[in-house]
Amino acid sequence: MSVSSVKELRKNRKFSWERVKNQFLNLVGNPFNVIVFFTLIILFALIIIPLLSMVQNTFVVAKAELRSIPGAKIGDYTLYYWKYLLASPLTETIFWEPLLHSLIIGFFTTVISVPLGSLIAWLMVRTDIPGKGVLSAMILIPYMIPSWCKALSWLSVFRNQLSGSYGLLTGHGIPVPDWLAYGPFAIIIVMCMHYYAFAYIMVSGSLRSINSELEEMGEIQGATKFQILKSITLPLVLPAFLSATIMTISKSIGTYGVAANLGNRINYYVLATRMKEFINDTPKGVGYAMSILMIILASGSIFANQKLIGTRKSYATIGGKGTRSNLIPLGKAKVPMMIFLIVFLFFSMFMPLFVLIMESFQIVPGKGYGLSNLSFYAWFGRIENAPNPAFAQNGLFANSEFARAAWNTIKLSILGSLITAIFGQFFGYVTTRGRGKWYGKATEQMIFIPYLMPGVAFAAVYFSMFSKPRLGGLIPSLYGTFALILLVSIVKHFPFASRSGSSNMMQISTELEEAADLAGASFWKRIAKIVIPLAKGGFVSGFLLSFISIAKELDLIALLMTPANYTLSFLSFDYSKEAMPQVADAICIVIIVFILVCNKLAGKLGGDVSKSM
Amino acid sequence: MSRIVLSHIDKFYGDSHVLKDINLEIEDGSFMTLLGPSGCGKTTTLRVISGLEKPQGGVLTMDDRTIIDADKAFFEEPSKRGLNLVFQSYALWPHMTVFENVAFGLKIKKMKKEEIETTVMKSLETMRIAEYRDRYPSELSGGQQQRVAIARAIASSPKLLLLDEPLSNLDARLRIDMRAELKRLHKETGTTIVYVTHDQVEALTMSTKIALFKKGEISQVATPLEIYTNPIDLEAADFIGNPRINFIDGKATFDGETLKIKSPIGDYEFGKEKMKLDEEAPLNQEFDVVIGLRPELVDIYTEDPQHKNTITAEVYASQPAGSESLVTLTVNGIEFLAKQIGLVDYDMNQKVWVVMHPSRMNVYNKTTGRLIKYAKVKHKAGSDV
Repeated sequence: MSVSSVKELRKNRKFSWERVKNQFLNLVGNPFNVIVFFTLIILFALIIIPLLSMVQNTFVVAKAELRSIPGAKIGDYTLYYWKYLLASPLTETIFWEPLLHSLIIGFFTTVISVPLGSLIAWLMVRTDIPGKGVLSAMILIPYMIPSWCKALSWLSVFRNQLSGSYGLLTGHGIPVPDWLAYGPFAIIIVMCMHYYAFAYIMVSGSLRSINSELEEMGEIQGATKFQILKSITLPLVLPAFLSATIMTISKSIGTYGVAANLGNRINYYVLATRMKEFINDTPKGVGYAMSILMIILASGSIFANQKLIGTRKSYATIGGKGTRSNLIPLGKAKVPMMIFLIVFLFFSMFMPLFVLIMESFQIVPGKGYGLSNLSFYAWFGRIENAPNPAFAQNGLFANSEFARAAWNTIKLSILGSLITAIFGQFFGYVTTRGRGKWYGKATEQMIFIPYLMPGVAFAAVYFSMFSKPRLGGLIPSLYGTFALILLVSIVKHFPFASRSGSSNMMQISTELEEAADLAGASFWKRIAKIVIPLAKGGFVSGFLLSFISIAKELDLIALLMTPANYTLSFLSFDYSKEAMPQVADAICIVIIVFILVCNKLAGKLGGDVSKSM
Repeated sequence: MSRIVLSHIDKFYGDSHVLKDINLEIEDGSFMTLLGPSGCGKTTTLRVISGLEKPQGGVLTMDDRTIIDADKAFFEEPSKRGLNLVFQSYALWPHMTVFENVAFGLKIKKMKKEEIETTVMKSLETMRIAEYRDRYPSELSGGQQQRVAIARAIASSPKLLLLDEPLSNLDARLRIDMRAELKRLHKETGTTIVYVTHDQVEALTMSTKIALFKKGEISQVATPLEIYTNPIDLEAADFIGNPRINFIDGKATFDGETLKIKSPIGDYEFGKEKMKLDEEAPLNQEFDVVIGLRPELVDIYTEDPQHKNTITAEVYASQPAGSESLVTLTVNGIEFLAKQIGLVDYDMNQKVWVVMHPSRMNVYNKTTGRLIKYAKVKHKAGSDV
């Protein structure tokens, strides 16, 4: 009785009720299966259904458009929104122009920031550049400053009369043209100061894995430094380089905060900002259609990345021997390279921080840093004794809006990251223990979806899903509630949280659980006594990383904001639109300090900011 | 205390058939070793017995109690099988002290506190690690961790103890110590032990029986001596024994009564009583055979010993290593290895007389690779012909 496949075995088997009963008991009696079941349900309900619902909303007549579509009833099938977007007299301004702008910004940001980040990575990892300890501690700080904060600091330098209050340069009588202060140039520069980090993180990781013996072999063969770089080092880091490129394109196309701060004032719109206008106004269906196109654009490039690199993801460059790297002497280039790094850090870190801090103390922005123009008003002042009639609010710490936003932010970050981190551990558990099984793959793929979507587009999905009652009123309309903002923050951070969860779970060998199983511990006992105690460290650092990310988030929640739910980042964004840059700056500084402190804490607990990209 | 019977166990991972119709009886109180190269299914068999893997086909009983009946999708829970397992990686819980590691299973069994204390200490003392009770696993050496893992497994007095390559992470000296330890443990507790290893020395020195695995199948189940003396096929012969067995090609004919063999090391005849008649030995036609000859069964003389199975050979190289010496010999263009006890040295190209002992030879059918002529299990050096 020898069989050669499971199929054959099944065919030979006679049907028995006992077998069916036992199979059922095996399935239901195992709590792991129950967890898998709920994981799949949760992910389906929170990711797949909202996405489908948004797609559906672009084809169905909504109340607001009843008058625009003659004879239509609410809920009728229609191509109105897609036609409005893609084939109407407005198409040029609402679609092609923003698309072109998005692509231009994506292209130039990538072309500048990827080589920039790669060069910094190479300098930091492979050369003998002096002061590495200090430099490497600082090199990622610019990335931790939220991109919209950098946009604000750009404004505080280059703002001109268009904004109501002057920036540093205009205030000193140096005229700043609009193209420099606002629009594509400004957006690209600010984004480069942010997205260099992708290339830096990926390429430096790849460079670290290259054994310097590979390069030394080239040297022995008589290759020059340049030849070695070109023929050995570059091909080996190429996969990381390409990944970084695609990530940067995808991210910069999806960014909202920077483009809104620097573009809207001169009516320079990109897809993300145009989309928000539609969704906060009407026809919303057009906004949804735009966000679908954005998702396709962003996820398409990420898929292209996987297709391109997936097959030869990375070279197995780590040998069994220790990878003691011999550093490449920079020789005469040492000083220029040092200067380059210092200039970079100056413009991406010192300058924005300095400008923001100083402006927050100025009475009239742009009037210089003389003592007579400095005050603590933006921080502590009261409206009665405002030194400048432009101030419409109390200073930060006397401002009820700030207090409310701070409370909202803390509530949102703590609740959001706590829930995200807990779910992340469970998802990580399901994906690692279900590796190679269908449910493991399904979980992994569903969790990946929010990652493919730009924050604004993801918010649009939730907006469309929850801005009206669902399930016959069982779920009320969540628009304008804290719950919706919390939900969107949680689900958007699922990918990072579950990645940190699964790397955490990967370290807990299944044998540790099996040993407990043999000792008679039930599933929950195993989780409580073995998995949780061992996962604690990873849990805390995963928690802090999503905490930071949620605390600084603007793009994701901008669409869903109502005044009662303002967070610090949105309040700052709002103030910067009114002529109150000092207070907006002060909020920025509060957030940056908060992030740096949390990051330090996360680092102490073994977290790594590069994991929360 | 525990007799285990595996019948027709089939296990698949996706399309790959990792256990093919495994049938095995493990006698009560025996020390059964599952031996084979990596990827042959021995660990999977162990995990099936433990309950950590579920086979798609087959039945497993312990003391006539059904533990697995794949046809009925019945799988007894691991913890209800009365067994325990020592993992290759030890799988000690890093966040618990030695004491807590050993006590964990007892606590789950709701044993009383005082009783836990005495039971844990007893098994720690058995493994001679009582003084480390409050250390964490990371503060112990590999050998000590190993002892904790075993102490944890025996604390619950299992009827069956499963060991998955427990010594593979230890250095050579510790391994010899632990072998002695395990053998004593088996004798003292009387527990049935199933032991997985790819190390034939471990298998030969400790087991009461060995199951030899090959590509998901069991090729031979026998006592260590039997498996060493008469490996069932060429692969088994090659796998068992260090230094490895000599294979010498020859031609044979079999007339139903006598097996006649011509080979570069001489011509031999064997009566059919020494043959495994269920194996393929074609009648009255010449066929290819392989003679298997253990290096220690080759006697070397510097003068003609006047023995009837003497041939002359030339020394190709000699490697004296203190307690034993390996000598590579050439006869009629073929090369084979002899192992002599003690320190002996020969010159290169020295002429020597070699005595072969036909009764100790294995003969394999070269086409099927199967054993067709047994070697005598018991022998005294130089006594037989």
